[in-house]
Amino acid sequence: MRRLLQLISGLGLVLTVVPSVLVATGGIGWARHADAMLAGALLWFLTAPFWMREQGGSDAEP
Amino acid sequence: MSTVTERLDAINEFDREPVPEARLQGAASFAGLYAGEHVAGTEFVIGPLFVAHGVAARDLFLGLLLGNLLAVLSWTFICAPIAVRTRLNLYWQLRRLTGPYLLVLYNIVNALMFCFLAGAMISVAATAIGMPFHMTMPGLSDRYPNSLGWVLTVVVVGAVVTVVAILGFEKIARVSKVSSPWMMLVFVAAALAVLPRLGVRSPGDFWAVANEKIWTGVPMPGRVHFTFWHVTFFAWFCNMAMHIGMADMTLLRYARKWQYGLFSAFGMYLGHYIAWIASGILVALALQQGSEVAPGPIAYLGAGGAGLLAVVLASWTTANPTIYRAGLALQTVTPDWRRWKVTAVVGGITTVVALFPALMMRLLDFVALYGLLLMPMGAVVFADFWLFPRLGLEQHWAERLGSRWAWPAALAWLVTLGACLLLNLLSGVEIFFLGLPGWFIAIALYVATSYLQQRSVQSLPATRIPERI
Repeated sequence: MRRLLQLISGLGLVLTVVPSVLVATGGIGWARHADAMLAGALLWFLTAPFWMREQGGSDAEP
Repeated sequence: MSTVTERLDAINEFDREPVPEARLQGAASFAGLYAGEHVAGTEFVIGPLFVAHGVAARDLFLGLLLGNLLAVLSWTFICAPIAVRTRLNLYWQLRRLTGPYLLVLYNIVNALMFCFLAGAMISVAATAIGMPFHMTMPGLSDRYPNSLGWVLTVVVVGAVVTVVAILGFEKIARVSKVSSPWMMLVFVAAALAVLPRLGVRSPGDFWAVANEKIWTGVPMPGRVHFTFWHVTFFAWFCNMAMHIGMADMTLLRYARKWQYGLFSAFGMYLGHYIAWIASGILVALALQQGSEVAPGPIAYLGAGGAGLLAVVLASWTTANPTIYRAGLALQTVTPDWRRWKVTAVVGGITTVVALFPALMMRLLDFVALYGLLLMPMGAVVFADFWLFPRLGLEQHWAERLGSRWAWPAALAWLVTLGACLLLNLLSGVEIFFLGLPGWFIAIALYVATSYLQQRSVQSLPATRIPERI
């Protein structure tokens, strides 16, 4: 389960940054890039908190 | 006054003992911590302000490279070695040198600075939250609230941030940890996505566009022209309170080795290099289009809704712990007040401060002032730890003497600030450069006044010096 969550989080980060490279190279338009970034944010924030918490010791100082 | 110092001690009681071996943290914790802490909402302001100050592209890239390196070295060679040897936070280390009364004053100044810093972050968040409601955005030269919409948005954001801080900022700290890798990528992606609109069609175009359209070397009206040295010193000293001011002893006392100070490079080169460059690119497009230059609109320009979310999260996650820390510091002078009440008052002060866009739009000056005000106490800690044994002076003299107000530390602090003010007024040395001479002045003053004090006290009968307070 943890692996699956990490995979989805990773996909979220890919959706955050890869479309911007495509915009820069003329591959896609700005609107599609903005939508992809929003979808990436959704995937990241819906999955990352769970496996990041599982990593343990996350709340320990510092 | 003794009630105040007792309360101050009680609040810090948990951290009174040196960090035990079992609680030391590994390298990854520090890399993550520094990366998270230095990618904040204010990065959306600092990058654009460099553009406003007319930095040339070469000066920006090289100045940030050198300035951030100097900051990393300051953490590594000045702050971390003392932190890992004492395993104490700055509060307890300072208490041994300043006495409790002077420490209360230092705490109040620190708390006020925290309020201003959190205020700037609330202003930044308000520019993102107000955008969907077509709020009139503050401009780069605005000082006062410019619309009712701005006032209402800031008040709502300030209230929400304060309520969350009252409920406990631990959950927000978790949100901060989760959002930091994503946030960094938002900065990069937003900047990449606007490059074609600035005329960058291939990587080879970038440098020419950077010089002609982004960091042109021409300041906006009313702004001082920033050179390579301005950029270097700003990057070095924008966290002056943390490294040579020693506030990060509180974090680095958990490091296994002093070399972990090098992990501050993750914060510097991600947050204070890439993010500042990225936000500079964004504001250049906004200026070219004649659109709004506030953090929310420029983030939207590059990343749409995700950009707005990043601005809100970046500001909110940093404003919350800042308000919480300010509340802790101020709790010492509000006897019998519950924590929630102190935090509410701090939140109120912070919200009022946030109403004035001048703070956000003059953030470079404020950050420089903030570091400068607190830095001399870091110099005091440095001198006591490294120089006193070599000069034959007693360390922790205030503690040995049972002094409640240590004049050497007080003079080193206040006279250094006075000297810096004179350097600024009489010699025209800009605030960004004052930290360096200020640090040496503070060291010299503290050593000299401590020498005089210790020589005079040692000539008295030994019974006048209690072993411990």
